[in-house]
Amino acid sequence: MSDLMPEKIEDAKIEAPIVEKYKLHTKDVNVFYGDFQAIKDVSMNIKPRSITAFIGPSGCGKSTFLRLFNRMNDYIEDFKMEGKIKIDDKNIYKDKIQLEQLRKEVGMVFQKPNPFPKSIFENVAYGLKIQGINDKKLITDRVEKALKQADLWNEVKDNLNKSALTLSGGQQQRLCIARTLAVEPSIILMDEPTSALDPISTAKIEELIHHLKADYTIIIVTHNMQQAARISDYTAFFYMGELIEFDKTKKIFTNPEKKRTENYITGRFG
Amino acid sequence: MRKIKEFVIEKSLFSSALITVAVTVGIILVLAIEAFSFFKEVSIFDFFTDTQWTPLFTKKHYGILPLISGTLLTTFIAISVALPIGLSISIYLSEYAPRSFRKTIKPLLELLAAVPSVVYGFFALVVVTPYLQQFMPNLSGFNSLSAGIVMGIMIIPFVSSLSEDALFAVPKALREASYGMGATRLQTAFKVVVPAASSGIIVSIILAISRAIGETMIVAIAAGQQPRLTFDPTVPVETITAYIVQVSLGDVQHGSLEYRTIFAAGITLFALTFLLNTISFQIRKKFRQKYE
Amino acid sequence: MNNVQKNRLKDQLFKFWGIGCTLIGLVLLVVFIGGILIDGLSRIDWAFITDLPSRKAEKSGIWTPLMGSIWILVLTAIISFPISVAAGVYLEEYSKKNRLSALLEINISNLAGVPSIIYGLLGLEVFVRIMNLGASVLAGALTLSLLILPIIIVATREAIKAVPSSIRDASYALGASKWQTIWNQVLPASSGGILTGVILALSRAVGETAPLIVVGALAYVPFAPQGPLDQFSVLPIQIFNWISRPQQGFIDNAAAAIIILLLITFIMNGIAVYFRNKWQKKLQ
Repeated sequence: MSDLMPEKIEDAKIEAPIVEKYKLHTKDVNVFYGDFQAIKDVSMNIKPRSITAFIGPSGCGKSTFLRLFNRMNDYIEDFKMEGKIKIDDKNIYKDKIQLEQLRKEVGMVFQKPNPFPKSIFENVAYGLKIQGINDKKLITDRVEKALKQADLWNEVKDNLNKSALTLSGGQQQRLCIARTLAVEPSIILMDEPTSALDPISTAKIEELIHHLKADYTIIIVTHNMQQAARISDYTAFFYMGELIEFDKTKKIFTNPEKKRTENYITGRFG
Repeated sequence: MRKIKEFVIEKSLFSSALITVAVTVGIILVLAIEAFSFFKEVSIFDFFTDTQWTPLFTKKHYGILPLISGTLLTTFIAISVALPIGLSISIYLSEYAPRSFRKTIKPLLELLAAVPSVVYGFFALVVVTPYLQQFMPNLSGFNSLSAGIVMGIMIIPFVSSLSEDALFAVPKALREASYGMGATRLQTAFKVVVPAASSGIIVSIILAISRAIGETMIVAIAAGQQPRLTFDPTVPVETITAYIVQVSLGDVQHGSLEYRTIFAAGITLFALTFLLNTISFQIRKKFRQKYE
Repeated sequence: MNNVQKNRLKDQLFKFWGIGCTLIGLVLLVVFIGGILIDGLSRIDWAFITDLPSRKAEKSGIWTPLMGSIWILVLTAIISFPISVAAGVYLEEYSKKNRLSALLEINISNLAGVPSIIYGLLGLEVFVRIMNLGASVLAGALTLSLLILPIIIVATREAIKAVPSSIRDASYALGASKWQTIWNQVLPASSGGILTGVILALSRAVGETAPLIVVGALAYVPFAPQGPLDQFSVLPIQIFNWISRPQQGFIDNAAAAIIILLLITFIMNGIAVYFRNKWQKKLQ
């Protein structure tokens, strides 16, 4: 098994020099909702500027796990987390960490496009404005840059003041990606970003994700195994709250170590 | 046989529903007929421009303005109390409060609206006015300030309950998008959730205003019975509703002009609240379409 | 302090402000009721309940207005219940989506917003004058019935809406007619919600003052009503009357009567909430 999925014995080795090697590191993470344990003892390391896909049947905990990285579960009542999650070697569940700062660093794109009922421009500028940035020029530049990065600029540049809700589903999702990029995070979490989109829009988003890899660490939850195979460098397979297998995507899809992974990949359950 | 029975039942249910229409028609007819007789004797121009309302005095004036100003003044004070508090409550309950707290506190808040208004009148006259007089020696025993404040407390649940429903109906996805970008709950509430729920919030405010305009006992007890065109909250005034009560308590001959003044006042009141209710109904209809 | 810290501070401040606002209304209510208990509790004894009104504060009791309120409550319930539930059933189960139903809808929503004193004016003309009922209990109850009509209709509709359509389908599938389905399935399944609405509406009727004053209910009635055409007073009007007197003795009487009125109101609300909770559990 690779160093992506550290075993207990290897603890000492992983604790020390993870800064350069890993962007994100989790150790013995358990999550509870009341009495229900949603995540069981998950440890993993994620490399910078890579695309990691989380796959597994519904209810396997992949989304819950993803949402730990920007502490999106915090507002859920009776949510409890144990273990360590480090980003850039900083424990993000330490009390001293500021939630708002963390979420600027770790952006998120959601399952259904969820633009605010505001103009296209206001949507992308939102993250900057809530930080208290007032410099109009800076905001305009960042909005333009983000929309270009998200391959949306050419489609909307003449209509920046139109309501975001007038865009098509695929455009809306790219707008949501642009909105995330404008804050300049280093990690982008994507929770089934194409599940509500048609195949053409999906292809566009996938292409975009591929481009973004050059600058960002991307973690994507997906239901669609072909998608994981197409776009990710690494794939993690979750089942019933456990991380069953985590390795290079190629390996997972051609020669998985675990029987359960193979069963899932080949469509025997799921 | 069965068909006939079904038919008869449907028709009788239908006529029950029609009774509600009859009530509306009845209200409009009664008000219009009596007010029409009133305006045969009093010019409608005087009614809306004369600045004095003294139908029960020897020197009679029939200017509705002082009653309207009294009504608007108490309403304004009530809304100034209920709006900030009610809105804050709704935002706190929908965006911050734990679910269990929300579940216990909502019925308790609605208890505020369940207390009969004559009881609030008692608070205003016997508790709030003497208390305020400690700081405001000029405050009259009857004044619109106490009446307005207490009325504001009474209508808090009207604002908070409906606004909270509107806030709560805003899709969770919008909140998550905002949180996900590092916004605090306060920023999310004011920049995303409140704007998205604005029509529902406006409806709650309009209904609260309409409620305050029609409120009777608090103002009849605590605001006084002196119609005067003023926006000074420390002196006695009279609202439209309080005037109707005042006349009803006295010995006014049926068919006399004095008797008809309460219908002229009543139709003014009805027109005001009808306008507000219609606006809120239209907004609500639009708003319902938006979310479905 | 950087921006993030500032925003967090504001967030925290608003949280405390929100808690404060939520509690202030309730705290004031408790303070008010506490004050009333202090003023009025010592005044309440058996004689206060059973005595007839008197010119002397310490000899006055609430027997006649209490009986008047009970008369009003019972008559209003008898009149409003069948009409408003029938209307609610019609609107929810029969009415098709057309202009008439849209009109009925707008109309009910508007009626709910008409100030109660306007209903008083309606009652004064129609029941007191035209139908010549005089300032009787019946005229008062009819007036209040119209007042609470929209409240019960809305509650009935909500309750019927909450009944899962599978229950209807099952009944129709067994060959039941529309009315049989409504009578045997829909109404029993929604009865808890309807009952809640009815009790809440009646609790409102018990506390109403203004429309009854307009209809001509008296502040001073020597005897409790014996029949629906007798003159009457009700508790809120008695309270209003006592508040308007300058002597402290009557203020204490008012406080004592308020305790009784609040007791009735809160008990009715409590029963309503109890029914609602029980019903909601059953529906799930």
